[in-house]
Amino acid sequence: MNRTSNNPLADDLVRPLFHTSVWFYGSVTVLASIVLCGAAAWGYQLWYGIGVAGINWPVFWGFYLTNFVFWIGISHAGTLISAILRLVNARWRRPVTRCAEVITVFALMIGAMFPVIHLGRPWLAFWLAPYPSAREIWPNFRSPLAWDFFAINTYLTGSLLFLLLPMIPDFALVRDRSTGLRKRIYGLLALGWQGTTKQWHRLEAGMQIMAIAIIPVAVSVHTIVSFDFSMATVPMWHSTIFGPYFVAGAIFSGIAALIIAMAALRRLLHLEAYLHPVHFENLGKLLLLMSLLWGYFVFAERLTVWYGNEHSEMAVFWATQRGEYAPLYWTMVICNFVIPLPILALRQLRTVAGTVVASFAVLIGMWLERFLIVVPSLARKPLSYTWGEYTPQPVEIILMVATFAAMILLYMLFSKFVPIISIWEMKVGNQPHPPVVTETEDELAGLWKARP
Amino acid sequence: MAHRWGMVVDLDRCTGCEACVTACHAENNIPTVGAAEAARGRAMHWIRVERYWEGEFPEARLTFRPVLCQQCDNAPCEAVCPTYASHQTDEGLNAQVYNRCIGTRYCANACMYNVRFFNFFHPQWEKPLQLQLNPDVSLRESGVMEKCTFCVQRIRAAKLEARAEARELVDGALQPACAQACPAGALVFGDLNDPESRVARLSESPRGTRLLEEYGAEPKITYLQRQGWHEPDIQ
Repeated sequence: MNRTSNNPLADDLVRPLFHTSVWFYGSVTVLASIVLCGAAAWGYQLWYGIGVAGINWPVFWGFYLTNFVFWIGISHAGTLISAILRLVNARWRRPVTRCAEVITVFALMIGAMFPVIHLGRPWLAFWLAPYPSAREIWPNFRSPLAWDFFAINTYLTGSLLFLLLPMIPDFALVRDRSTGLRKRIYGLLALGWQGTTKQWHRLEAGMQIMAIAIIPVAVSVHTIVSFDFSMATVPMWHSTIFGPYFVAGAIFSGIAALIIAMAALRRLLHLEAYLHPVHFENLGKLLLLMSLLWGYFVFAERLTVWYGNEHSEMAVFWATQRGEYAPLYWTMVICNFVIPLPILALRQLRTVAGTVVASFAVLIGMWLERFLIVVPSLARKPLSYTWGEYTPQPVEIILMVATFAAMILLYMLFSKFVPIISIWEMKVGNQPHPPVVTETEDELAGLWKARP
Repeated sequence: MAHRWGMVVDLDRCTGCEACVTACHAENNIPTVGAAEAARGRAMHWIRVERYWEGEFPEARLTFRPVLCQQCDNAPCEAVCPTYASHQTDEGLNAQVYNRCIGTRYCANACMYNVRFFNFFHPQWEKPLQLQLNPDVSLRESGVMEKCTFCVQRIRAAKLEARAEARELVDGALQPACAQACPAGALVFGDLNDPESRVARLSESPRGTRLLEEYGAEPKITYLQRQGWHEPDIQ
């Protein structure tokens, strides 16, 4: 930053873009190495065949699909929560929205990789796209996997727009504060933003449209992900509860990821002045609500299966309840319900540290939940002769660890190149008369009356 | 009228000798994956003989059930394939087009019979085993799903031969490898649309049931089994 301005807010929030510590380079190196290990693991799998993974007959889906569902779930943190908070005009949202929306975009990118990684012949993944080809054949639109392809692409495009739109004024701010190549790059990204009234109005209108449009998209995406399972007549997959169950679980794990990301940003970028305990308190309440909702869904799902007592479903039920998957199952219940519930319900414990602890538990629990949906059902299909088991192999574990590293790495790089807290929205929040929203409630009411 | 290929499996005749399994492997170039991979659940048998123990020793009884692709009319594997690799032919076969398969393995999950097999690695035949490969059947590469075809290569050959000789197909002259190899005659293959065929008559038998019929996949394989099998009168 080459000049001091009369704008301490912007100075504060832009600082990470101009000052980089040794720690940053160190962590980027470590994380990038882990990501490269993941890339090497995938290369190894491409070379030798998908058989290096632990999947087998009859458990044809394993860690890769678990991670797919998990990451798509994490992606529900951002865009959905941010859109809802924007629409209800929650004032405390302003420092939260961007860090949330970024999670969505990166988690989706990572999640969408897994179905490709898991393919037997991933180089042919583009056959899922409908395009005129010499094969004269389109994707099979009866297949939930084809629905997935479209749902995830729609969601990724929508979330990217939703993330990029409110970044334009901040790009312009960085452009105006920098020189040389950096000025040129941010100038391109700012798309000629001058801050005219017309531009502000267009931005507001665009964001309003995106906020409304993205909510049904987000809900439908994880419903369609759940359809990958519930459309098949596999015991305990074929359930009508899966759509809302998956969406609730997605938001649940998404909020947890958001809380952890915010706590990390607060600590590492010294944003204590912007990310207050009240943000963690509010998100903690939301997490509490989702924990209760999740518990309700699990109870409803398990009770109906147990009461129905259908023999092939009961095989899966008992395998998870007190069989070989029981340790994982009960860990899941503890992580998703027993740990977060008291922490989040008691005001004294609903602190920054408390919500972070609860969030870590939720992330572990939700990952286990995805695993327990994918694997035990396949291992206990109706013909008991074909029962099987699944053990993850090193390549799957390396790839999973690498995606977590990739998420942190992308997040770090993003916060290095873009102000992680929306500066202009913070400014709007600090103004007694926001320059963007010109009409007060009274004026709006007047307008309403004045209409013919 | 188009053919509609089906099969009858007589469980009262099956001795569990697994000749069908061996014949199928030889006919269809099914790779043997080796002991280590087989132990990990990667063995491929388009037809398998399931063994079920009933009762406790000394009253224990062993029953066999050969299970192959049930060639369902309403096949769950077909709907879920995003690339139409798995689809229904005009003659009611659940075909698997290897070149279209991208390896999502969704079909294998959707199939409640678990009769679809995946090439986890490139299949290999140690010399000189490659010399016994059947030239009529294509080899499958790594990452591709495969399954019982009802020996579609034999069906096509028989139809061509019949057309060349300007005659109809003769019931019983055309057999998949498993049925041909079965010493007990437990497997009967034929055209379900021909009311005079053996398979059509047998599939109407009061002894007949269909495997996991309650799922509504409408399998074209009928299992024949003496009713009251579980009653103690067999002693």
